[in-house]
Amino acid sequence: MKYLKQLVIIFGITVIGEILNYLLPLPVPAGVYGLFLLLIFLCTGWIREEDVSTMGDFFLETMPLMFIPAGVGLLDSVEEAKSILIPLTVITVVSTVFVMAVTGSVAQSVIRKNGKKEKKNE
Amino acid sequence: MNDLIHASLYFGMLVSVGAYLFGMWLRKKTGLAVFNPLLVAILTVILFLTVFNVDYDEYNRGAVYLSYFLAPATVCLAIPLYRQLSLLKKHGMAVAASIFAGVAGSAGSIYVMSRAFSLEHAHYVTLLPKSITTAIGMGVSEEAGGIVTLTVVSIIVTGIIGNIIADWLFGVLKIEEPMAKGLALGTAAHAIGTAKALELGEIEGAMSSLAIAVAGLLTVIVVPMVSGLI
Repeated sequence: MKYLKQLVIIFGITVIGEILNYLLPLPVPAGVYGLFLLLIFLCTGWIREEDVSTMGDFFLETMPLMFIPAGVGLLDSVEEAKSILIPLTVITVVSTVFVMAVTGSVAQSVIRKNGKKEKKNE
Repeated sequence: MNDLIHASLYFGMLVSVGAYLFGMWLRKKTGLAVFNPLLVAILTVILFLTVFNVDYDEYNRGAVYLSYFLAPATVCLAIPLYRQLSLLKKHGMAVAASIFAGVAGSAGSIYVMSRAFSLEHAHYVTLLPKSITTAIGMGVSEEAGGIVTLTVVSIIVTGIIGNIIADWLFGVLKIEEPMAKGLALGTAAHAIGTAKALELGEIEGAMSSLAIAVAGLLTVIVVPMVSGLI
């Protein structure tokens, strides 16, 4: 019963997300609508954490598996991208490293600055 | 071999899950971060299909069902986020500033390199949404006049690269704050990066989930502003 109830809640919210995706003219995927809906429901207490956490942890733990088929499929698209393969690869690699470095560095410096301020105030 | 596999729907799932498990075992056994389970799994499946001469379509007939769970899994990202809500409230400024910097950095670096490679408009806008989650990225690319299938390729490659380099990059740049790691993974490498963040810890996972959503929505706003530059 516990698993069934949790699955109904999670699939239910996913379906609402799909409906919002269909009705609203924004390029927001169903899952992202659902993420915010579930967060709102948890915050308002309409859904308790233990009502979704068992199946939720299952989905989160198995999430990397869901990318394997697409990753294997990349092999087929090499042909398609042939004409710009080198710039595509270079730009993708370099900008991924760059974005991760910038985001992480900015976040860390702001967090540490705030931490110092707090210590001063104490 | 194709005939035999044609009789089985679960073959694709078995190979995928088995390959991932093998990747996890390999990393644990060797202790080397290069053996990223997702990368090992993808390469193992490719090797397997090549050796046994199995078509991708035949494999994907069953394996595709794994990807169908992505939408409910994305919904469930709300759970770690909810658990870390107090942290989010406390560090709202860091969250906003870093994701904004990441989205701007993404557009900026893609613009500069597209110029350097003298790419045409269609290829430039194809790459612009590469750091955000596939479903948002496809819409953004289409809207801007990009080639959607290539956008999907660049999004997946970005995610896998982000997933693989994270440990190394955080080590080199001495990024130690769990929040910063999560924000960086989610902003640079969307859901595939978030899978890595969840492995690192609950705070990392929560921040990465948040970054997927915020970076995705910010990119929707930013891309139309910069898409006319090339």
